[in-house]
Amino acid sequence: MALLRCRGLRKEFGGQVVLDGLDLTVAEHQVVALIGASGSGKSTLLRCVNLLEELHDGTIELDGEEISAPGVDPDKVRRRIGMVFQSYNLFPHLSVLDNITLAPRRVHRRSRTEAEARARELLDRVGLGAKANAYPDRLSGGQQQRVAIVRALANSPRLLLLDEVTSALDPELVGEVLTMIRDLKADGMTMVLATHEMGFARDVADQVCFLDGGRVVEHGPPEQLFGEPTQPRTRQFLARIIEAGRL
Amino acid sequence: MSATLHHEPSPAQRARAAHRRRQTVLSVLIAAASTAAVGTLLAIAVTGAPGWNRVRESFLDPEIARDALPRVLTGLWLNVRLLVCCAIGALLLGLLIAVLRTLRGPVFFPIRALAAGYTYTFRGLPLIIVLYVLTLGVPGLRLQGMPPVLVLGGLALVLTYGGYLAEVFRAGIESVHPSQLAAARSLGLTYRQTMRHVVLPQAVRRVAPPLLNDVVALQKDVGLVSLAGPIDAVRAAQIATAQTFNYTPYIVAGVLFVLLAIPLIAVTDQVTLRAARRQSGG
Ligand SMILES: Nc1ncnc2c1ncn2[C@@H]1O[C@H](COP(=O)(O)OP(=O)(O)OP(=O)(O)O)[C@@H](O)[C@H]1O
Ligand SMILES: [Mg+2]
Repeated sequence: MALLRCRGLRKEFGGQVVLDGLDLTVAEHQVVALIGASGSGKSTLLRCVNLLEELHDGTIELDGEEISAPGVDPDKVRRRIGMVFQSYNLFPHLSVLDNITLAPRRVHRRSRTEAEARARELLDRVGLGAKANAYPDRLSGGQQQRVAIVRALANSPRLLLLDEVTSALDPELVGEVLTMIRDLKADGMTMVLATHEMGFARDVADQVCFLDGGRVVEHGPPEQLFGEPTQPRTRQFLARIIEAGRL
Repeated sequence: MSATLHHEPSPAQRARAAHRRRQTVLSVLIAAASTAAVGTLLAIAVTGAPGWNRVRESFLDPEIARDALPRVLTGLWLNVRLLVCCAIGALLLGLLIAVLRTLRGPVFFPIRALAAGYTYTFRGLPLIIVLYVLTLGVPGLRLQGMPPVLVLGGLALVLTYGGYLAEVFRAGIESVHPSQLAAARSLGLTYRQTMRHVVLPQAVRRVAPPLLNDVVALQKDVGLVSLAGPIDAVRAAQIATAQTFNYTPYIVAGVLFVLLAIPLIAVTDQVTLRAARRQSGG
């Protein structure tokens, strides 16, 4: 069954139509990569799914329940969806451990001991156990982004949304974050990720969706979409990427 | 990772360190010498002035100072108590108003409008007028259970300073980047939890220096309640002056005020310094 199903999503920003009847389906344990030119609406789509933006049309279903319906409490929905941002957005006034345990303690009402034990376990798994008491500004970009992912995971989300999680990183730090995402995929986490890294999309995604003009113009397994794209606009986009040496 | 913590400095580094030490000693000596020179010049200028003896008698009479001290101290105790209560009250009120002004949505329009109206009114109104209205006007209503004048005076201070502090808090809240809110909301925190655990802690830290600065200003203004009757340090000095025809009690009160302000100002400087260091990412 589909874990996430978006139908006819529409989103405007002051007269500019960013999403224009977009459809997207994500099956459980699947990893879907969103690609497309800058400004094509990848971030907007992820923010809409997390109900951080108000929709102008269409519906979103999570686990068969319509989360875009009126009367649904967005806070409750967001507890089931994790989101990681390009600029990490760690809370600078909290230690790594407090960043991670904030939602489990305040939202899920876990005890401090329980929340911290789980946080340390997650940190150890990604090799950041020694940084538990550090503050975000003492970490490298790659470490901060991995903490941000752990923070999203601490809520045990059904779905993880990743918005260009490596684009703010120095090239030598990208690898550690990508490794972490690969491990998550191996654990069966369902993920939707916006990315400019075609190599990574090809490597980790089960489905690649090419966004243009506010819609998913073409989607399919990476071999197909990168190897033999059928839509002219997809071909154009990929040609430009190849020209820029990014594929 | 084989970076060693124990490190033998090279001759170049040792020379640099020695040079830096010499420079430090030199600048301390220069500072001491120039302070002494300026101080001496000032002392000569003041004591050599034609009216110096008259001024010394009417402003710096040690005997009158000793006599006035207990009364001025009693007054100062009132200043201190008022300062503590009013500072806490004004900080809480300012924070509340600032948070109310951030509420979005049409439901909250009346609350937002009231809060905005409050800050506009009380930042515009001179404190003296608020004080007179509350301490002289309100008791005139002869309502049951009217609080004493001191409480009404304190209320005037809280209302006036609450307006200023609300704006300082609001500036702090608005300085927290929207991406912090998005991150908190994406974790499922409610608006209130986001405010309490993510936005306000960062906002308050950022505006702590200007907040404390306003508290220092408040310390000087609490004495104004004496306009309504209660005797604070300045008023006590005034009474003593009227009895002796000598201004020394004012100097006593002034010195005590400065002594009282020093710890507060020192804390403010410390906090400002820490904030600046954090800003520069050090
Ligand atoms: N809050 C906003 N207000 C106004 N316009 C916005 C807002 N957010 C996004 N947009 C506009 O919506 C369009 C899509 O933006 P979005 O960030 O979703 O693109 P993107 O595909 O994520 O791009 P990138 O690859 O550069 O991250 C852009 O033209 C952008 O200017
Ligand atoms: Mg984006």
